[in-house]
Amino acid sequence: MAYTQPHPRLSVLSNTSQSSVDPFSPTTSSTRFSLPSVPSVVAAASNKPGAPRPNIYDRNLNKTRVSEVSASAFSFLFSEVVQYTQKRVSGINDLERRLNTLGYRIGTRVLELMVWRAESSSKTPKREIRFLPALMSIHSQVWKAVFGKPADAIEKSVENADEYMIIDNDPPIERYISVPRDMSQLSCSSFTAGIVEAVLDGLGFPARVTAHNTPTAQYPSRTTILIKLEQSVLDREELLK
Amino acid sequence: MKAWVTTWTRLSETNNSKLQKSITTGTRRSLYNMAIFGLWVINKAGGLVYQRNFADGLAQLTSNEYLVLAGTLHGIHAITSRLSPMGSSSGAQVIEGETFKITILLTATGTKFVLLTSLTDTSADAILQKVYEIYADAVMKNPFHTPEMPIRSEGFDTRITALIGNGLGA
Repeated sequence: MAYTQPHPRLSVLSNTSQSSVDPFSPTTSSTRFSLPSVPSVVAAASNKPGAPRPNIYDRNLNKTRVSEVSASAFSFLFSEVVQYTQKRVSGINDLERRLNTLGYRIGTRVLELMVWRAESSSKTPKREIRFLPALMSIHSQVWKAVFGKPADAIEKSVENADEYMIIDNDPPIERYISVPRDMSQLSCSSFTAGIVEAVLDGLGFPARVTAHNTPTAQYPSRTTILIKLEQSVLDREELLK
Repeated sequence: MKAWVTTWTRLSETNNSKLQKSITTGTRRSLYNMAIFGLWVINKAGGLVYQRNFADGLAQLTSNEYLVLAGTLHGIHAITSRLSPMGSSSGAQVIEGETFKITILLTATGTKFVLLTSLTDTSADAILQKVYEIYADAVMKNPFHTPEMPIRSEGFDTRITALIGNGLGA
């Protein structure tokens, strides 16, 4: 076979598709990868007669109705993400920063997909250049795309002109998470903060975004996503007035 | 179908006086009222990972005594699952005493949910199913829970309170 000596940069993914071509070859069932079950699953599926498995990349990007994922499956995945991250950090700040980074990677894609869905069919595609409309679209569109519901409130700081807040009374990603008392300042919504930060960055509003627990009696898991804009954004807003 | 329904009126032969004590105590009121006295969660190794009392009436035991009782129940359950004369059995499901009963839900993974109720209570099976659901949500999806270790999850406590309350169905 042409790929008996795969290039070292070939990903696990490309290796699995290669092994599905010839699942019984001794060269492909090597122990180079620590995920021995993955190739066999793919191989088993591709061995079924007829009905090729639908590929997620072949789906229509604009069909959002059937593209929902199981909240349970996501909860388990996110739980593992937090556990994985927690094993590799030294403190709560570090953990939040890492979750933020992971969310950032989602956010860049969310923005791209959202713009594509909203503007691709439009004859006069537009993009937000003012901050408040951008914030509104995060509050409603981004939240709807990611969590299936809009966020609950937007607030502007009275003391600091560069601070804005998005409030979610019951963040879906935290629904099953109980943070132990000794880590009470940790907010797993740092992940969401990362998404928001990426969307703002992508729209040209660089900011530092953090998540904070602000529980109320009625909403014990109420979370505030705090946006601290860079000075350049405020200056530009001033000019555009 | 209940695989095993055992009625224990006397426990003269047991060596475990604590088991006897907890099985024969129970308030008179419980004979007439529907009440949920307590909930235990036993991990697959027989360790008690969660214990909580609801309605009054159970003997006051120390946490160590609860651990011993849970381990004993785990053993009894293992025996009942092997005693079945007709092929394999899932083990004891209900154990009845004169004043109360123990309903046991064994999950596919070996975790046991145990509910101590009054004899007249009919909701035990349904409640145990709901407890299992809450456990799957609030414990297994919580990144700060270590499997097989004691459950210290606020979300689990809150949801159990919402489900069972004070144990008197009020």
